[in-house]
Amino acid sequence: MITIRNYIKATSLEQAWQLNQQRGSRIVGGMLWLKMGTGNVQTAIDLSDLSLDRIEETEEEFRIGCMVSLRQLEQHPGLAVYTGGAMKEALRHIVGVQFRNLATVGGSIFGRYGFSDVLTMFLVMDSYVELYAGGIVPLREFSQRGYDRDVLVRMIVKKEPARFVYSSVRNARTDFPVLTCGAACLENQETAYPEDQEGACLENQNAVCLTGRYRFSIGARPGKAILTEDQERILTGEVTEEKAAAFGRFAAGRVPTGSNLRGSAEYRSHLVEVLCTRAAIKLGGQQNADQY
Amino acid sequence: MLININLNGKNVRSEADPDLLLIDWVRAQGCYSVKRGCETSNCGLCTVFLEDKPVLSCSVLAVRADGKRVVTLEGIQEEGAEFGAFIADQGAEQCGFCNPGLVMNALALFRENPNPSEEEIREYLAGNLCRCSGYEGQMRGIRAYLEWKYGKSHMENEG
Repeated sequence: MITIRNYIKATSLEQAWQLNQQRGSRIVGGMLWLKMGTGNVQTAIDLSDLSLDRIEETEEEFRIGCMVSLRQLEQHPGLAVYTGGAMKEALRHIVGVQFRNLATVGGSIFGRYGFSDVLTMFLVMDSYVELYAGGIVPLREFSQRGYDRDVLVRMIVKKEPARFVYSSVRNARTDFPVLTCGAACLENQETAYPEDQEGACLENQNAVCLTGRYRFSIGARPGKAILTEDQERILTGEVTEEKAAAFGRFAAGRVPTGSNLRGSAEYRSHLVEVLCTRAAIKLGGQQNADQY
Repeated sequence: MLININLNGKNVRSEADPDLLLIDWVRAQGCYSVKRGCETSNCGLCTVFLEDKPVLSCSVLAVRADGKRVVTLEGIQEEGAEFGAFIADQGAEQCGFCNPGLVMNALALFRENPNPSEEEIREYLAGNLCRCSGYEGQMRGIRAYLEWKYGKSHMENEG
């Protein structure tokens, strides 16, 4: 357990930001991960009094305060409709209800944890991070950055026309995932990828991201989630099982995986193939039959 | 720091260190039903209601609960005993250590969803670990309780 010398409920984001510039300060989200560590926190900064525990929905976007709990995300009717149930599927396997009532979206995203279902799900949507000092940054860029002392204020999810599916594999229920997979079928190719983000979506910076109809986010590799896309246009036209399987093999060849106590790199690459194939089939037309 | 928490309907003012956890604070107030099972925020044994929501008290700072309502099993003994009897009838638990957490979270489930399906029960209670059983006894106890409480037709959506 960590030790905390001072605890301050911030009365403004400016105050939180100022306090967070000092070494030894930590912003406390849900405290689930922070608590697992050791060491001293000079000043724990609590953002709970800043009305950041709300989800606002407009015609264009969701604005999700950093202190919104994973349970709030899971139960939000607008997010459920927009993601076709994928948001709930991404969250419902995370430990338990009591845990998800505490864990915050800000903590999950700022941490950029390898195991994160939350990062995997947000990455496959057109998501942005609003930082107090750094402004609004696409999540695909933020997820590649190192840690700094900025304050994550909220997540913004643009309602690009898309359908989503999500799946994960766990060795045991409620455990960390062995692999996570979010997938999106974009209804409008023109808005699929901002051009300035090309190349930022894979750890391999030499890769070129072409605009495509499908976007896949793979996490718990065990490294943090990254995006891969249908650059070869394997999934164009009607998505047959053969095309889906071909895309699965393509994705397995592209997404870097590693080994840890939950699974080997080889097993994870196999899972990439299987989960991407299934996701492509679902997005290709079988989703409704399965879901309703 | 001076904190003021409404614990089981009573306002309790006390001094709390910044890193004191809510579990230790409620135990210091005599609520011994709240226990540590895992230290990794996984087992659900330390479940309390914070502003009516079930949370892991091992992972909440007491100072963060300042000004809020906290309910432990001691605060809802009647309701807990009523439900707990159905778990006991099944002989569901061998050691019973996990029982207070399960009872708290099951009651939270029934408040949120009085007519849960089998899958909804399993999903809601997934964060309550029991190392003696395979959960079948608990599931039988829950079904029997809901049947008794809400009538036979209640569980017909089980299929």
